[in-house]
Amino acid sequence: MLFSPIKMHIPDGFLSTTVAVVGWILAVVLIWIAIRQTRDQLGERQVPLMGILAAFVFAAQAINFPIAAGTSGHLLGGTLAAIVLGPWAATLIMTAVIGVQAFLFQDGGLLALGWNIVNMGVLTAFAGYACYRLLLRWIGETSAARVAAAFAAAWLSVEVGAIATSVELAVSGTSPLQFGLPAMAGVHALIGIGEGLITSGAISLLQVSRPEVLHTGEQAPGRKGAIFVLAGLFLALAVAAFSPLASPHPDGLEYIAGQSGFLERAAEPLYSILPDYTVPFIHNPALTTIIAVMLGTLIVFALAWIVGRGVFRLERRR
Amino acid sequence: MHFDLTDIYQPRAGFIHDLDPRVKLLGALFIILTVVTLPQGAWFSFGLILLLVVLLSKAAGLGLLYTIRGAFIALPFALAAIPIPFMTPGPAVWVVPGLGWAVTVSGLLRFGTILLRTWLAVQAGVLLSATTPVPQMLWGLKSLGLPRLLVAVIGFMIRYVFVLGDEVLRMLRARAARSPHLPGQRRPGVLWQGQMAGTMVGSFFLRSLERSERVYAAMASRGYQGEVVLLQQPSMDRFDWAALALLAITLSAVMTLGIWR
Repeated sequence: MLFSPIKMHIPDGFLSTTVAVVGWILAVVLIWIAIRQTRDQLGERQVPLMGILAAFVFAAQAINFPIAAGTSGHLLGGTLAAIVLGPWAATLIMTAVIGVQAFLFQDGGLLALGWNIVNMGVLTAFAGYACYRLLLRWIGETSAARVAAAFAAAWLSVEVGAIATSVELAVSGTSPLQFGLPAMAGVHALIGIGEGLITSGAISLLQVSRPEVLHTGEQAPGRKGAIFVLAGLFLALAVAAFSPLASPHPDGLEYIAGQSGFLERAAEPLYSILPDYTVPFIHNPALTTIIAVMLGTLIVFALAWIVGRGVFRLERRR
Repeated sequence: MHFDLTDIYQPRAGFIHDLDPRVKLLGALFIILTVVTLPQGAWFSFGLILLLVVLLSKAAGLGLLYTIRGAFIALPFALAAIPIPFMTPGPAVWVVPGLGWAVTVSGLLRFGTILLRTWLAVQAGVLLSATTPVPQMLWGLKSLGLPRLLVAVIGFMIRYVFVLGDEVLRMLRARAARSPHLPGQRRPGVLWQGQMAGTMVGSFFLRSLERSERVYAAMASRGYQGEVVLLQQPSMDRFDWAALALLAITLSAVMTLGIWR
């Protein structure tokens, strides 16, 4: 999977105009809510705090370490920001970062900026936050649980962003889901490990040196509605993915769906590279990948739970 | 380094640099919209847009290669579109030996169009960021309706990205100085390295947070009003309107040409 795009920044030309406009509408609504929510949360401190944390996310990407296969792990930042400041503030911070990358560096297109903000800003922030809070509720609020939950949340958030990206490309008729989903999900499963290690490392340091920082995120607005925002976005993506009307190139997806025999052949080499990433008895590649990602998520959840609980017991016994 | 913003704006004297930032923002957006909505295979219209972008960057004094070189950034993403030549129905032109995958004409056409669209759109973006200084771009975005708060956050971010970037460089230099690679010693594992990077990010985060608290205190004591003031407020003069109208007319003509081929 070395040849696949490592980044999630969609350039212009890869999304159809309809899809791009839908992304912009979503982004504008979500940013408007985020501004409202953080104004109540942070008040006057809002601008300097979020501006400097956006610069932090930008600059922290210089801290990297080699993972496997030529990719290096570095922070994307959405989950860390969401855990510390809450999902809405993280949305604004990531919006600033992604916007600057698009306007100044051409890293991601201007028309595609709406979806880029939704994928890498909103979805990663909310998926990461929701996962972190859920795990803490199940495991209990111990320090080991926080570290484990931060790892799982960061991994999941990267994966969610990657899957959303591949769905948007498929709906635009640019990259069929059967190819794009396994490729994006596979590469980002690896990148997610880097994100998870860094985020959990950062959280473990914050707990020791300034634990009160973590309480800001626990009381941030959006803590209750995070699941609903996430569910709404997933629903929107699912509707987009399964409605043939949304596709401006009906020849793309529908034809492919009709030619599944050809598809299985086309997908074969992919799956021999990633044998663990498919469920062998299901034959539709996209479905298989979705199920495999869900299984992977469950495994990560379970691991986080076991690690969190286990260390908790050890701490109590001592 | 990634956070070095200085070499993006190219200071030159020319009429494009003097245009109102709003004209340049809208112009880039118009070009990108045209490129993205042009029907596939409208090569002549795509060629005209390429000519337009090249002429504009020549007029801006950027040199022929500058915008073209900048457009390489979007290229890795083209890999996402690689299945298209194989998966679009149509007459086959070439079959991959051994695998039996057929490349179709219509597939190649669509693949080429996507690449061309991306390429041209990125060039328009390069042209915009090379001729517009950051404060002017922010001012333009604000007067085009970007929320004031978001503009303020982005302004702050750009101001402090240099400070924090230097902070990160110092931390990385310190890490390199503390951890030499001795002959005969094994490299630490990925997990350990990841945790260490995480700890660094954590302490960098604390430093950033503390800096933001100091900055806020300093600003509050100086009476910050919530807005950064530009000394020179740009205003749309007749020339700006004319440039915008001319661009819009040209692009509509190219668009019509592309559709009514």
